[in-house]
Amino acid sequence: MKLTVTVNGTEHSAVIEPRLLLIHFLRDELGLTGSHWGCDTSNCGVCVVWLDETPVKSCTVLAAMTDGRRVTTVEGLARGGKLDPVQEGFAACHGLQCGFCTPGMMMTARWLLDLNPDPTAAQVREAISGQICRCTGYENIVRSVLWAAKHDRSDDDSRL
Amino acid sequence: MTIHDSDAGANAKGSGGGAYGPVPRKEDARFVRGQGTFVDDISLPGMLHGAILRSPLAHARIVSVDATAATAHPKVMAVVTGADLAGRGLAWMPTISGDVQAVLATDKVRFQGQEVAFVVATDRYAARDALELIAVDYEPLPPMIDARTALDPGSPVVRDDLPGCTSNHVFDWTAGDKAATDAAFAAADVVVGCDMVYPRSHPAPLETCGIVADMDAVTGKLTLWSTSQAPHAHRTMYASVTGVPEHKIRIVSPDLGGGFGAKVPLYPGYLCAIVGSMITGRPVKWMEDRSENLMSTTFARDYHMHGEIAATADGKILGLRARVLADHGAFNATAQPTRFPAGFFHIFTGSYDISAAFCEVTGVFTNKAPGGVAYSCSFRVTEAVYLVERLTDMLARELAIDPAELRMRNLLRPEQFPYTCATGWQYDSGDYPRALRLALDMAGYDELRREQAQRRARGEYMGIGISFFTEGVGAGPRNQMDILGLAMADGADLRVHPTGKAVLGVSVQTQGQGHETTFAQIVAHELGLSPDDVEVVHGDTDRTPFGLGTYGSRSTPVSGAAAVIAARKVRERARVVAAAMLEVAADDLEWLDGKWRVRGDPDQARGIAEIAMAAHSTLELPDGVEGHLDASAVYNPPNLTFPFGAYICVTDVDPATGEVKVRRFIAVDDCGVRINPMIVEGQVHRGLADGIGIALMQAIVFDELGNCLGGSFMDYLLPTSMECPSPELGETVTPSPHHPIGAKGIGESATVGSPPAIVNSVVDALAPFGVVHADMPLTPANVWRAVQGRPVRPDLALS
Repeated sequence: MKLTVTVNGTEHSAVIEPRLLLIHFLRDELGLTGSHWGCDTSNCGVCVVWLDETPVKSCTVLAAMTDGRRVTTVEGLARGGKLDPVQEGFAACHGLQCGFCTPGMMMTARWLLDLNPDPTAAQVREAISGQICRCTGYENIVRSVLWAAKHDRSDDDSRL
Repeated sequence: MTIHDSDAGANAKGSGGGAYGPVPRKEDARFVRGQGTFVDDISLPGMLHGAILRSPLAHARIVSVDATAATAHPKVMAVVTGADLAGRGLAWMPTISGDVQAVLATDKVRFQGQEVAFVVATDRYAARDALELIAVDYEPLPPMIDARTALDPGSPVVRDDLPGCTSNHVFDWTAGDKAATDAAFAAADVVVGCDMVYPRSHPAPLETCGIVADMDAVTGKLTLWSTSQAPHAHRTMYASVTGVPEHKIRIVSPDLGGGFGAKVPLYPGYLCAIVGSMITGRPVKWMEDRSENLMSTTFARDYHMHGEIAATADGKILGLRARVLADHGAFNATAQPTRFPAGFFHIFTGSYDISAAFCEVTGVFTNKAPGGVAYSCSFRVTEAVYLVERLTDMLARELAIDPAELRMRNLLRPEQFPYTCATGWQYDSGDYPRALRLALDMAGYDELRREQAQRRARGEYMGIGISFFTEGVGAGPRNQMDILGLAMADGADLRVHPTGKAVLGVSVQTQGQGHETTFAQIVAHELGLSPDDVEVVHGDTDRTPFGLGTYGSRSTPVSGAAAVIAARKVRERARVVAAAMLEVAADDLEWLDGKWRVRGDPDQARGIAEIAMAAHSTLELPDGVEGHLDASAVYNPPNLTFPFGAYICVTDVDPATGEVKVRRFIAVDDCGVRINPMIVEGQVHRGLADGIGIALMQAIVFDELGNCLGGSFMDYLLPTSMECPSPELGETVTPSPHHPIGAKGIGESATVGSPPAIVNSVVDALAPFGVVHADMPLTPANVWRAVQGRPVRPDLALS
C-alpha cells in the first residue's frame, strides 16, 4: 500500500506492507535509527515518537496509521541547529547512561513541557511512567526534565 | 546531592593533574541527538536478516525437522537446521563454564525457547514468516523443572548427550572449615536458620542481543558487529569454534544498550548469523526480540539456600554456614572464573568478623534456559550478601537487639584491615562503622524507629531495613582467576600525538558506564592534560589491546589500572625528553602540578604537549632513548578490590493488599577514590532501582511443564519511575591500598546491597504479624500470603 507521511517536517511517500510497524518504517525505510525497538508489547517505550502532537509507542502503531499525518522523532527535536533544552538537560543532569531509552524519554519530556511548562517532580514521574530505563533509576531523568523546564533553547550548545 | 563523611577528602594517590570530578560525559553528545550506533542501527549493502525457530516445549525429542516449505519461500536465502550445523561440526559450542551448549538442537530440546532452526531472508518480516513454514515433529518428554527434586532417583535426566551422564548433577563445591564451623555452632548460645530462595531473574537490558556477521570469502576476514561486553574473549572463542583464524576475526561492539552481564556469554544466534553469512556470502543480521531475550539468554540467581548463623547471647556472631542448591538450567553456561563454580559466593561472611564459616554448593541441571551468573551480581556476591544480611536481621529479632546495633557490634573494625576472612578472601581496606554511622545519621534512624512505633499503634505498618555489604570486585589475580584458560588481565595502549593529544585503547567495553569519559579523566589526571585531549577507543578488537572485558565491576579496578600504568610509563618517557629539553639530568626533575619541573626552580617546566612535540622532533635525545611517548601496559591485579556500603530502606506496607511502597532509600557507598562522582552516583541510582525490581517484582517463574511465565515485559515486571524513590546518597572514601589510584569497582554495589535492605524492611514492617522471612519477589500476592502465614514457593507456578 502507498503511504504518505510527514516525518520531522519532511514529506515521505513509500509503498509498504500493510503490517509494517511504524518503528521499522522509521528505522529501516527512513534510516532514522534514533528511535529504538525494545519490547514489542508497549511496555518499555524506547520507541516513543510523536504522532501529530501525541507520544505513541511506535512498536505498536502500524506505519499505515500515520498516512496523512505528522511524525516527530528524536532527530526532529533540535530546531534550527539548536538543541532542545530537554536534550541539554539530559546531558547536564546525567539523565542517561547507555542512551537506549533516552530518545523516547526525551520525546515524552518535550510533550510534557509543552503541556505543562513548570511540572513538579511527581508530574514528571507520572509522565514517564509508561517507559522503562534500566540505567538511571529515573532520578536523574526527573532532574533533567526539571532542568529543561528552567532553561530556554540555548544559543550556545557548543559543548554538546 | 551526596552527603560526604566529614573527614573523607578527595585523596587520590599519586601526583595527579586534577582531572577527576563530575566532568560531563563525552558520550552524551551523540545519544541526546539520537545518533548512537547500536548493533541494530548497522545496515550493510546486501545485508540479510536472520530469525530463529525456537522450541515451544521444555523437554522433547526431535523426531524430524522439515524445512522444505520455508526453503521455497521466495524471500528466503537459506534455512539452517541442527543437522546442517552437525555437518559443519558446529551443532554444539563450548560454554564459558567448560560445558557444551547446542547451537541448533539435533537430538532433543532441553528448555522452552531453545534454538531449533535458523532462517536467512531478505527482510526481517519474511524471516519471521518463514519460521512458520518449518515443520518440527516433537516427542514430548517429562520435564525436569523443580531444582529440589533434580537429584532424586528417577528424575528425568536433562543431559543425556553427555557421555555417561545419568543424573542432573553438575558440581559439588565447598569453602571454609566445616569442623571449626560445627564447633562454633556447638558452642553458641543461639542458632538461627532459614530456607530462602533467591529467585531466577533476568538482566533485561533494553537493547536485546544481536549481531551483524560479515564473512568476506575473498579476504577470509570475518567481521562481527555484536552486542558483546567482552569482545576480545569472544574473538578467541569464535576462533576456536568456527576455525576462522583469530587474526582474521574482527569484533566491533558498538554502543550497547545496557548489558548488566547479559552480553558476556556467546549465544547460539551469534553463531547462526556467522554460518548464515558463510552460506550466503552476504552480511547477516540477527536481533532477538524481547521474548527471545527473556526466555533464552542468560538468567541470574536461582539459588535455593539454607543458611544458619550462630551467636552468643549478647550478639557476637560466632559462625555461619550455608547449603545451596544452584539451578543452572539445561547447559552449564554460568559466567565465572574457572575455579569458582559458585562464583564468589564464599564471601558470604560479609562485612562481619566471623571466625568460622562453611558453605557447600551443589549445581544441578534442569529444563530451563542456561546461564547463571549474570546481572550485576559480582559473581554471586549478591546471593551471599542476601543470605548473611537476612540471617543477621533474623538473629537481631531472636536476640531482641536492634539490627543496627547488632551490625555495629560485629562489623570489621578499621584496624583489622587487611583482613582475611574465614573462607580466605583478603579484604583490602575499609572503615565499616563510619559508613554505617553515616547512613544511620542520614536516615535519622532513632526518629524513624519512634515513628514506626507510633504508626504501629495506629495500625500502620512501616518497615526499616538495613543491609551492610562488602563485595570483592575486579577479577582478578592471574594465579587464581581465568575464564576458559584466559587470565583475567587487561591491556591499555596509550598513544600521545605530537601535539599532545592522546588516544587510549582499552579492552573493556562500556554499556553505559561512561568509559569514554572516565578513562580520559584517568589519563588526563596522570599527564596533566584535559579529558578533552584524550580520546578513548574501545569495543573494536582490531584497534584495542587484549583483555577480558567489562563485567563484575572490573573495568576501573583492572583496565583503569592498566590505563594509569600506561600513562605513568608515558610520563617517565616524557621525563627523559624534558630533561634533554631543559638540559638538566632526569633525576633533577619532579612531576608537579601536571608538568616536569626542575627541582628548586619550578618555573623551569615542560608539560606533556611540549614534550610530545619535542619527542617527535629532531631534538637530540640521550643514548638509548627512543623517540615518541607511546606506551602500553597489561595489568594483573594483585587482589580484588573490596567496595562496601551501608543501605537503609524505609517501606510502607499495606497488609490488607500486600502492597509495598519504598518511601526512602539511603545509600552510603565506599568505592575508594571516585574518578567521576557524577557517574558513580548514577551507577548507585541504577543499582537501587535494580534492587527494587528484584526484591519486589522481577522473577522468571516456570510452570510444571517448564513454560516460562516471564517471557515478556507484561509478565516480567521491571520497576518504573513510580516505584523508585529519590535516593539519598552518602559517601565515605577508603582508598584501595593496592590499586594504583586507590579506586574500587562500583558498578554492581547497589544491585548487590539493596535487595536485602528492602526485604529486611518489609519483614520488619510485618513483624507484628509474626513474619520472620518472606521470599522475593515481594509482590502484593506474596506479601499477602506471608501475612496470612501461608508463604508459597516464588520460583514455581504449580497447580
